[in-house]
Amino acid sequence: MPKNTDFEPVILGFLCNWCSYRAADLAGTARIHYAPNMRPIRVMCSGRVDPQFVLKALREGADGVLIAGCHPGECHYVNGNIKTLRRFLLLRKMLEQLGLEPQRVQLVWASASEGKQLAEAVNRMTEEIRALGPLRWPEFLARETTSEATMEAA
Amino acid sequence: MQHKPQEKPRIGVYICHCGTNIAGTVDVEEVARWAGELEGVVVARDYKFMCSSLGQDLIENDIKEKKLNRIVVAACSPLMHEKTFRGACQKAGLNPYFFEMANIREHDAWATDDKTAATFKAKALVEGAVNRVKFHMPLEPIPVDINPNTLVVGGGIAGITAALELANAGYHVYLVERSPSIGGHMAQLDKTFPTLDCSACILTPKMVDVGQHENITLLAYSEVEAVEGYLGNFTITVRKKARHVNEDLCTGCGICIEKCPRKVIDTEFEAGLGYRKVIYRPFPQAVPKYPVIDTENCTFFQRGKCRACQIFCPTKAIDFDQEDELITFQVGNIIIATGYDLFDARRIPQYGYGRLANVFTSLEFERMVNAAGPTGGRIVLRDGVTEPRSVAIIHCVGSRDKNYHEYCSKICCMYSLKFAHLVRERLPDAEVYNFYIDIRAPGKGYEEFYHRVLHEGAHLIRGRVAEVTDAAREPGEEGKLIVQVEDTLIGKQRRIPVDMVILSAGIEARKDSKEVAQLFKMGCDFDGFFVERHPKLDPVATMTEGVFIAGCAQGPKDIPDTVAQGAAAAARVAGLIHQGTVLMEPVRAYIHEDLCSGCRICNNLCPYNAIVFHEDRQKSEVITALCQGCGTCVAACPSGVISGAHFTNDQIFAQIEGVLWDVRAKATAPS
Repeated sequence: MPKNTDFEPVILGFLCNWCSYRAADLAGTARIHYAPNMRPIRVMCSGRVDPQFVLKALREGADGVLIAGCHPGECHYVNGNIKTLRRFLLLRKMLEQLGLEPQRVQLVWASASEGKQLAEAVNRMTEEIRALGPLRWPEFLARETTSEATMEAA
Repeated sequence: MQHKPQEKPRIGVYICHCGTNIAGTVDVEEVARWAGELEGVVVARDYKFMCSSLGQDLIENDIKEKKLNRIVVAACSPLMHEKTFRGACQKAGLNPYFFEMANIREHDAWATDDKTAATFKAKALVEGAVNRVKFHMPLEPIPVDINPNTLVVGGGIAGITAALELANAGYHVYLVERSPSIGGHMAQLDKTFPTLDCSACILTPKMVDVGQHENITLLAYSEVEAVEGYLGNFTITVRKKARHVNEDLCTGCGICIEKCPRKVIDTEFEAGLGYRKVIYRPFPQAVPKYPVIDTENCTFFQRGKCRACQIFCPTKAIDFDQEDELITFQVGNIIIATGYDLFDARRIPQYGYGRLANVFTSLEFERMVNAAGPTGGRIVLRDGVTEPRSVAIIHCVGSRDKNYHEYCSKICCMYSLKFAHLVRERLPDAEVYNFYIDIRAPGKGYEEFYHRVLHEGAHLIRGRVAEVTDAAREPGEEGKLIVQVEDTLIGKQRRIPVDMVILSAGIEARKDSKEVAQLFKMGCDFDGFFVERHPKLDPVATMTEGVFIAGCAQGPKDIPDTVAQGAAAAARVAGLIHQGTVLMEPVRAYIHEDLCSGCRICNNLCPYNAIVFHEDRQKSEVITALCQGCGTCVAACPSGVISGAHFTNDQIFAQIEGVLWDVRAKATAPS
């Protein structure tokens, strides 16, 4: 299927206050340029990311959702990120059953010193979603009527 | 439900230029103009430096004149200036939590050079903040009392300095040291660069001070087992390992050591070059003075016979039945100064350490050249008698090497030059070769010391050594160690035969630094060093309130820097103790009990055991004092009745909608 080259994916990022938000700060401070497609929202811990937030973001038109937290074993709140991982795997399974490509919802670990790694993750995810094309859940839900035909046509 | 402000939001939005830092990439005027049209926004301005006092005045005046009840500043990271702007709100009589910051510098302007995209992203972040702030609620910071006691972990020069500074200021310190004596690596060194003063001579008075200080509880031969609590109120459990010597009875006379019939190689203090008895003090000036029995090698512990130490002890202090003791105490702050490990030179097989007898590590050489060391300060080959006539010192072993550690260990150049000086001093006829990549001598008197060593006649050869071998190619190389190197200053391969090779091993993080980081809830970087709160402006604090770091545990550094950090950490702690109470962020979870179904899903999720279940009412409750505000229970509550203050579902949902304003607009627009 030919892809729209003008398509700029919109990715919502949930960054934990202690590691990944700081990693994004560091990427900026170090002037590491990366895709401007990820729009960050700060949460205290990746464990705060309610699966509803992800669904809400996709519902509101995001093409993908990135959840970033501290590395396992380095969570500021001992093991919040492990709970994130657990929820994430279940959520992704559910989303897969809805037909969502797994690349659209990603979980990455980035410590406060890993600005470069976070920037690379954003770049990689942006390109993966660009290749997949827009998600268009809101339009889909607005039209309601025909399902797959609409998606294809879009 | 928590009460929601009934008043209509009257929002002020301020877009910071940050000089050209933001304005150079983001069209700030356009963002401000656009923000002015958002629902609820009363005023939107852009300004050169919002964090300046003029910028803050702007906010304060608008709050008063335009009756604003919500403030959004789009500028740098909230980790940088959130406090500043909250302060401005408070000054104008607005609850500081009616403020939200959009990070359009680090996360936007600095992360791209695409001006259109950056402006677009700035709008999204601003709309997210504007939407979110509407749902903000007034909050009050939580006051926390600071226990005036402090735990210092690690009894090297960093920990000693920190402990003494605090103790001298009148505060009680628990100093926990893993090995039988404090002193750390510095106690093992002979001379210190660049002044060449004797390491022990400057260190031992401080050790004695620690041992005698009325404000210091010294727990040597002990390890921290558990850490609970938070800033101001930590509960520490320390395992005091059994010395098998009763400290109340022992006078430190040393007769037991004298009478102990068994000697083993001392792999710790003497770096494997010397012997120690099985009941031992690591070194004569050890603090505390009490010896310790090495039960693994003790004839009594292994075979049930001997008891020589017990028989000869004049005060009956030997106690074979002594057991580990668990000690629990309360502290308000913690300083971690756990030091470093030396890079294991065996990991570089081509340098031959462990295989070629006369290849030594830097620590072995330190002990050898020390007058109190195993050779009495004589520089000799492994046979113990032959003095080397030529010595090669290889810099950067394990440092500045992508295969091992990419970072520079900072101290090796200087101590290698010190070695060159010491060899020339003790063996004036010996030739000394230093193989270096670059000479790094940044410090007071360091460059001068380098020149001094140069003039003393050391040969400095620029090039990374490829190999140390005993395979001779020419008659002159027979029986020697040959250092194969490309001399990059003359562009030639050279083979230099020497009698002794010293490997200047770098500093690396402690092997168990990850576990220590977990125990104290600190961050650990890729190399295993503990992460400071800010690399420049907050080098001794960590991300965890009340936990500070000092010395090489934070990264490689020399003694002056280590001492400075130890004192700095102590000053930070003293400041907190002096305040008596500190205000903590009121980011805490709260369960709406009326709506709680008592399912208990949240109970086991809390890493701090802050959620209790009331059997009688079948309801869960969050103990605010224990809650750290991570929000993992909030995300998990199936009834959605736990709110996380300042990170409520309402706030985050609103922010999601705002951040995605453009795609939402597109979707709802008629196609």
